[in-house]
Amino acid sequence: MRVALFVPCYIDQLYPRVAMATLDLLEQLGVDVEFPAAQTCCGQPMLNSGCDTDALPLAERFVEIFSGYDAIVCPSGSCVSMVKNHYDHLLHENANYDTLRTQIFELCEFLVDVLKIDSLPVKFPYKVGLHSSCHGLRELRLASDSELNAPEFNKPKQLLALLDGVEFAELKRKDECCGFGGTFAVSEEAVSCTMGRDRIADHLQAGTQVLTAGDMSCLMHLAGLIKREKQPIRVMHIAEILAGYEVPQ
Amino acid sequence: MSAIKSYDHPTNANQFNQDQDRTHWHDSSLWFIREKRDRMSKSLPEWETLRSCASQIKAHTVSKLADYLEEFEKNATARGVQVHWAKDAEEHNQIVLEILRKHQAKRIVKSKSMLTEECHLNPWLEKHGIEVVDTDLGERIVQLRQEPPSHIVMPAIHLKKEDVSNTFHEHLQTEKGNNDPNYLTESARQHLRQKFCQADVGITGVNFAIAETGGFVVCTNEGNADLGVSLPKVHIACMGIEKLIPKADHLSIFLRLLARSATGQPITTYSSHFHGPVEGGELHIVLVDNGRSKIMNSDDYRNSLKCIRCGACMNTCPVYRRSGGHSYAATVPGPIGSILNPLRDAKHHKTLPFACTLCGSCSDVCPVKINLHEQLLTLRTEVKNQKQLPMSKTLPMRIASYVFQRPKLYAWLGGIGKFFLRTMPRFLIYNPLNPWGRHREMPEAPPESFRQQYAQRAKKKSDDR
Ligand code: SF4
Repeated sequence: MRVALFVPCYIDQLYPRVAMATLDLLEQLGVDVEFPAAQTCCGQPMLNSGCDTDALPLAERFVEIFSGYDAIVCPSGSCVSMVKNHYDHLLHENANYDTLRTQIFELCEFLVDVLKIDSLPVKFPYKVGLHSSCHGLRELRLASDSELNAPEFNKPKQLLALLDGVEFAELKRKDECCGFGGTFAVSEEAVSCTMGRDRIADHLQAGTQVLTAGDMSCLMHLAGLIKREKQPIRVMHIAEILAGYEVPQ
Repeated sequence: MSAIKSYDHPTNANQFNQDQDRTHWHDSSLWFIREKRDRMSKSLPEWETLRSCASQIKAHTVSKLADYLEEFEKNATARGVQVHWAKDAEEHNQIVLEILRKHQAKRIVKSKSMLTEECHLNPWLEKHGIEVVDTDLGERIVQLRQEPPSHIVMPAIHLKKEDVSNTFHEHLQTEKGNNDPNYLTESARQHLRQKFCQADVGITGVNFAIAETGGFVVCTNEGNADLGVSLPKVHIACMGIEKLIPKADHLSIFLRLLARSATGQPITTYSSHFHGPVEGGELHIVLVDNGRSKIMNSDDYRNSLKCIRCGACMNTCPVYRRSGGHSYAATVPGPIGSILNPLRDAKHHKTLPFACTLCGSCSDVCPVKINLHEQLLTLRTEVKNQKQLPMSKTLPMRIASYVFQRPKLYAWLGGIGKFFLRTMPRFLIYNPLNPWGRHREMPEAPPESFRQQYAQRAKKKSDDR
């Protein structure tokens, strides 16, 4: 199986450890991973800002670069959803895209649905607070949400539960948005920060020691508030935890 | 209208958030209702089936709206109802005024109707010397305060009982500082009773109109619609043309969904059916378009006409809960309002499609399955197409797109950016021009990007070999 690693631009530049963890994890699981060097950004910031014409060439590039692989794996639900669900706004009648959209996976989704892993040799004796990032939750359906009346499931949690010693923090609002929302975090700074603080308060009352999520963007926003307010919570992307990386101090 | 200061959502939301205690109180009041809705919807195993049925019925109705409207008109007329057509708010108001003039009506009682809010009927009638009293308790409270409603189902949800007590003290001469909800409600009832008794004409909204029967249904929890139309001989019902459903059989689906989605009740306390005028009286229905047929013709937004105005999307919206209904500066706020208002007037409401994190909760909560957050995303492009996006937003995106199409340039600039982030003094990074940094730390820039690390790793691997 030829697997391509898609590393979103902000992870490439600001969180290389997350991308490295994804790569390590996949390799540990015996997957042969390539990183196509020409990749940059999927165009989500442009489309989300209403600038569809600026997003279009990036979508076209993406399809060109990533076509021909058996699977594309990415440690960010939001970027995967952009490609899977929103490119059809931009790309019309593109046969390569029609194939590609069925082959792109968010990391947890890939581990659960494709690799079907049922054990991971990692010790993680911490109380974990799982933040369900919205696009993964409601656009990729990585877990059931509290709005729908449907059977419960949660792929990221299922993976974390494989780790030795892990405990889960029970949140009062299990799937509320953190308030990041891309440029929203800046243009609606007041609401964004109130939302973020509310999420952190929920994790504090639940006793979260390590806060994790499948999207580094949500975590960047929450970590920014945690650090400024000196809250006793560590932040890790789920790939770092699953790959057995150290908890940052 | 004291509440609408600016059309700019971020400005209004920022103001709302200045009082964090109040923001949290507002958020928890609405979250309480959202949780009640969750419990109620989960107690029905057929919930998702109901949603699918409702969504399909509405989609079908909207696709044949002209036919169903004609059927409705025919059947209503046969029942002695006088049917009027209004293409916009102005025509609607004019029609209502003419009916009132014909009966020399001076005093009107009105039950809750978002359509008359949308048409700004109250100020229009007041301008013509007619007294209009809103009889829904929440509506009455905001009316006394000369504020617009802040929510379509709970118009006064932004007010605490102390606020209501002060308002009533000022206008209804209740005891100062008495915040007892029972006392306050009773005072309002006494005051409204007088108004009901004096009214010449009763105006109501319409929740569902039925093409097959020519009748319609009004849902209230206080019974005020019934009271308002049982004494006066003239009843005017105002409805947006999308309120139609084809058959009486469909009603049960919508009534079960509406109340549970709105407040978590199994059904509204009163679901009153009207099928023709009372003996010796008149029943008028005003069918209002006001931009709806334009929305009907658009593939991207047609779905928004399925809305049954339950307000669930507002209750679930994390942004609405933390910015308040007035911050939207529109009759219908929240996710559905952020679609409907810019579609009518993109210039004034250009910030609304952006007052959203695209979390998608509204789409999953909506009882008629409107793809709200997807429409909000599409609308952002529409705002740009209508040239309502400032350069300060479009230019950075143009530049970013240019850079991202050139991997070498991107890698080079990324390196410089990280270098500055690491080496610049704090005061240069955390300045007033950086809204990220006012309350949040910036991420720490690593010395190398992933692509650099990957290249080194690949090189080392091949050297080792
Ligand atoms: S859009 Fe859906 S959830 Fe929102 S008010 Fe309308 S019907 Fe209710």
